[in-house]
Amino acid sequence: MSSAMIDLILQATLDTLYMVGVSGILSALLGVPLGVMLYVTRPRQILARPALNQVLGIVTNIGRSVPFIILMVAIIPFTRMIVGTSIGTNAAIVPLTIAAIPFVARLVEGALNEIPPGLVEAAQSMGATPGQIIAKVLLPEARGGIITGLTITVVTLVSYSAMAGAVGGGGLGDLGIRYGYNRFNPTIMLITVAILVVMVQGFQSLGDYLVRKSDRK
Amino acid sequence: MITLRNVSKTYHLRNRRKDQRKSRLAEEATPSLKAGSTASSGLPDDGGMDRPKADANVIVALKNVDLHVPQGSIHGVIGLSGAGKSTLIRCVNLLERPSSGSVVVDGQEMTRLSSSDLNQARHRIGMIFQHFNLLTSRNVFDNVALPLELMGMKRAEIRERVMPLLDLTGLADKTRQYPAQLSGGQKQRVAIARALASKPRVLLCDEATSALDPQTTGSILELLRDINQQLGLTILLITHEMEVVKSICHRVSLISGGELVEEADVGDFFTAPRTRLGREFLNDFLQLEPPKALVERLEAKAGANTHPVVRLAFSGDAVSTPLISRLARECEVDVSILQAKVESIQERTLGLMIAELLGPAEKTRQAIDYLEAHDLHVEVLGHVQRDD
Repeated sequence: MSSAMIDLILQATLDTLYMVGVSGILSALLGVPLGVMLYVTRPRQILARPALNQVLGIVTNIGRSVPFIILMVAIIPFTRMIVGTSIGTNAAIVPLTIAAIPFVARLVEGALNEIPPGLVEAAQSMGATPGQIIAKVLLPEARGGIITGLTITVVTLVSYSAMAGAVGGGGLGDLGIRYGYNRFNPTIMLITVAILVVMVQGFQSLGDYLVRKSDRK
Repeated sequence: MITLRNVSKTYHLRNRRKDQRKSRLAEEATPSLKAGSTASSGLPDDGGMDRPKADANVIVALKNVDLHVPQGSIHGVIGLSGAGKSTLIRCVNLLERPSSGSVVVDGQEMTRLSSSDLNQARHRIGMIFQHFNLLTSRNVFDNVALPLELMGMKRAEIRERVMPLLDLTGLADKTRQYPAQLSGGQKQRVAIARALASKPRVLLCDEATSALDPQTTGSILELLRDINQQLGLTILLITHEMEVVKSICHRVSLISGGELVEEADVGDFFTAPRTRLGREFLNDFLQLEPPKALVERLEAKAGANTHPVVRLAFSGDAVSTPLISRLARECEVDVSILQAKVESIQERTLGLMIAELLGPAEKTRQAIDYLEAHDLHVEVLGHVQRDD
């Protein structure tokens, strides 16, 4: 294999890591609060706002039901507005983040759902405000579940980022399609797939390690 | 000190979500006004209160509850599951907001407080739970520190406050352990230390020993009695176990169908409960029932050829007086003891006995009078036919 090819693979790997990393962080920053909102605004919860809860739920479901490949194309004007272009890794980050936010939110909501309601009641009996309950009870108690959710999200983002290659997003998926598929180069195809497999394994192991470290149950 | 006056709580079933939304919105908009009008009118503001049975969508969890627990006293509320115990204790710190009535804790009307004042007031009310409700993500020290963090106390101050509590509850060597590493009894000790951290005047115990084995229950109750005596803490506890009432309560209320049906000093309650439910609880606890074979022969009315079966309860001086032999001598009746038991209820000794009084009807009636004259509590369970 030529050194140019190796450079190409290396670059593509870095592109994928960059896309997954940035969209992962952004979707966590936006998705975790949304997930908390989805949970605490439920009826009978600490900040019960059933109407708001329904609106948030519907928006989240819409975000989750649009197929990624369609979402990617559909929000091109928005992407252009934010990063100034609709091609390249930076442009791919926008739809990746948009797709991941509702995903993260639902997983976080699910993690919060696992907390026994008695813990919130105990905190209320101590005079905790809703903000304190979120910061000192809900998030720490759901930490393991949230990390599990974020791990699933990152792994999903790896496969979504490969799809982003289809619209010129760069990264391993792009490389695999252009060199491996379109130019009938099975070696490149295998190498990209192998790197993706290793990457997913790595993220999963890291996630599992963090969950184990945080889990006191 | 805790005073509940005419507290009622109703739940509406149909359109539950809408109702709750409405009431929550109303509370948020005008918290003091709504609560104030409820309390000051002194009348149930809930139209459903007067016709709870007629409306299938209204569940009455508490009905016109009056309860007074003086400072430093331990008051138990006992009842079967679903009787309203949990709702009652949650109405004290407003985890459940009463539909009507007044809740005064240490001179403060709880139902009128704004949400921030309510949080302040809750710092002075500790609470422990059946399932402990410790944070699994925090170690023992940090669990006890939680209420202090919520109050905004500084780390150094928190340390000074927490360590003595861990000593008091016997957890000094467990500070760095996590709840998952502790036994049930130890978890409840952490919960007690946590409840005491903010130096409350009042402690609410929600079935605090129901998830513990008998030995651990004993040690937790002992701890509660200690802190009641050392700190002068007022304790309101709910339970379904007579053992809990017997070993630490000063007074007891019996709750059934959301109403307090009986209230008495614990000694009196164990000697002579006034209600049927009270007697059921007591008999169940003492396991003092006439033998089955006898029950089948019991008749409600005295006949020509019958003699009475009585349940005797005696406390104080009567315990040490040889009343039975005197009875035999002075009233000329024979006493056949079917079951007998001596229980010590805190400082009082309580004797209980089920006996047949054998003799002519006139004599047995005299015997009962004699016993009552000597401060025994006599209950005629029924009459049985003479064997001879």
